[in-house]
Order: sequence, then C-alpha cells, then structure tokens
Amino acid sequence: MASHATTAPEVHGHRALQHHFENMEQQREAGTLGMWIFLVTEIMFFGGMFLAYTLYRSFYPMAFASGSNHLDITLGAVNTGVLILSSFTMAMAVYFTQVGKQRPQVICLALTLVLGLTFLGIKAVEYKSKWDDHLIPGRLFAGNPFDPVVAAHGDEDPHKLHLLEGATVKQVEMFYWIYFAMTGMHALHMIIGAGLLTFLLIYSLKGRFDPEYHSPVEVIGLYWHFVDIVWIFLFPLLYLLGRHYLH
Amino acid sequence: MSEHIVPVRIYVTIFLTLLVGTALTVAAARVDFPYGLNTLVAMTIAVAKATVVVLYFMHVRYSTRLVWVIVGAALFWMAILFAFTFADFWTRPWLSTQMS
Repeated sequence: MASHATTAPEVHGHRALQHHFENMEQQREAGTLGMWIFLVTEIMFFGGMFLAYTLYRSFYPMAFASGSNHLDITLGAVNTGVLILSSFTMAMAVYFTQVGKQRPQVICLALTLVLGLTFLGIKAVEYKSKWDDHLIPGRLFAGNPFDPVVAAHGDEDPHKLHLLEGATVKQVEMFYWIYFAMTGMHALHMIIGAGLLTFLLIYSLKGRFDPEYHSPVEVIGLYWHFVDIVWIFLFPLLYLLGRHYLH
Repeated sequence: MSEHIVPVRIYVTIFLTLLVGTALTVAAARVDFPYGLNTLVAMTIAVAKATVVVLYFMHVRYSTRLVWVIVGAALFWMAILFAFTFADFWTRPWLSTQMS
C-alpha cells in the first residue's frame, strides 16, 4: 500500500473511490470487513433460533422426529441443490467481475436470481401443503388452527400426522413453531437477497463494476453464501432428523 | 498487493463437494446409527460443507487476518451461547428436590 506514496497514482483515483479512503484496495477491504461484522450479527441472530431448536428438541426428541418425518424430503433436498447451485453461480459472478468480463457476469447474476426465486417457489409449495394439513402452529390464521389428523397405527396416509412413540400433538406443534420461524426467517433473507441481486443485475447491465471496483458484488455474494450456509444446517436439522426411526 | 482471484477449477470442485455432501447427508439419515449418532453424523457433514463455503466461496482463506478474527469471534460467541445455556438446562435435574 505505502509503496505508491511518492508516485501518488491514486490522486485521480477510480470514479467509485470515496474521498475518505486512500485507494481502491483499502476501500474494498474496509467494505469486506464491514460486511463480515454484519454477518456476525446475523450469525448471532440465527444462533438464537438454533439454540431454541436444540433446547426444544432435547425436551421433545420424538415429537421433533415425528414432525420432521412429515416434511417432504425430496423438495427439501432439491432446494438444497438449488441453493448450492445458486451459491456457485454467485461465486462465478464475483469471479467474472474480478477478471472484467461483463457478459458472463450479467448471466451469472441473472442465474443466481432465478435460482433464488426457484428456491422460494418450492418453499411456497411446501408451506401450502403444511397449510392443507393444518400444520400452521397456533391460531395465526382464522379458520385454520393447528389441528392435524393423527394417523392410526398402520395408516399410511402422508397427509396425516404419524406420531412416534412418546410424542404428543402439542409437542409437534412446538416443532412447527420452530420450523416456520427458522425457514420463514431464512426465506425472508432470500427475499432480501433477491432484491439485492436485482440491484446488482441492473448496475451490472449498466457496466458499473470492473476489476478495480467490485465490492458490491463481493459483499452481496458474502450475504448470499451466508444464507446458503444457514440452509445447509436447516436441511438436516429440520428434514432429516427422524428418518432413521422409520425402519 | 492486489487481491487473490480464486480459479474457476476450485469453485467447480467446491460446488461438486457440496452436492456430494448433500447426497451423503440424505443417505446417512436413512441409516440407523448406533448410540443415536445420526445427529452427530449429520452435523459433521453440515459443518464440513459450511467450512468449504466460508473458506472458498466466501474467500476467507485468502482474506486478511482481521476477517479471520471476526469469523472466529462469531463462532466463539456461539459456543458461549450454547455452552452456558446447556450448562444451565442439563444441571437443573441435579436439584430435583426443588424442581417441579
């Protein structure tokens, strides 16, 4: 950094360089650091919910397994794949910005946005089926309180709630509170992420980013990967925890 | 000093690793591991996946020491959150005479 002090090439710096930074590198590093500090607050925020999950699952292990077994493992797994692919396209968008290739950069950002929206679409399908099976906890919606039909022994109907030994409906309701709180908050982050990606896409089409100035792509990428990581934990914790009881 | 550009080859490798990890965790969920080790297996895979995302997709491996400190601080505080909460809940039954 200091080696350029005498030649002062930064005096007429990049158009995106803010006056309170020495040069683009310092500006970029400050931006990345700031984003990481924000992500720490996000980790704390989701951490509280993961703590609630762990605590209540330790209280009601069989109810959590029963509630989990009702979730659609195929849709959950497909959504995990969609999100991982979107993280990959996001990483590639950062790469193409760094090497200064605008067209692939635009394509990668567009793909990331489409994949994010696909995730939300699949999530909506899942929520709808929980609604139909009366698994929305509490009385959040008039006329559709938490009231699943409990399957009798031997009944294979997937729309009924199959209680494992030692689980009660009331405890399963707790699982669904946590399920909707965590996936809902995750989905909200995806919606915000989709908004941020739309912003990136517009500015990318205008050619605002280049190898010198790509902090917005980089930090929104960090956010997007963070949301992906939350899902990497949510998927096994919510969808997969009770499958091994079924054999 | 300019920043490190992660080669495409690494991104593709990480992407494939994550897909394999997902397949692995789905497969492992159907196995009934002894001693209730299913959660441990699932979390090990999840932590491994999260680690490669943080190191490569999020470039932490190539970032400044300060970023490492920030990420470490987050994990440290998460550890406190869990450790202290469970130190409370796990030891409550030890006072069983006073517990309802």
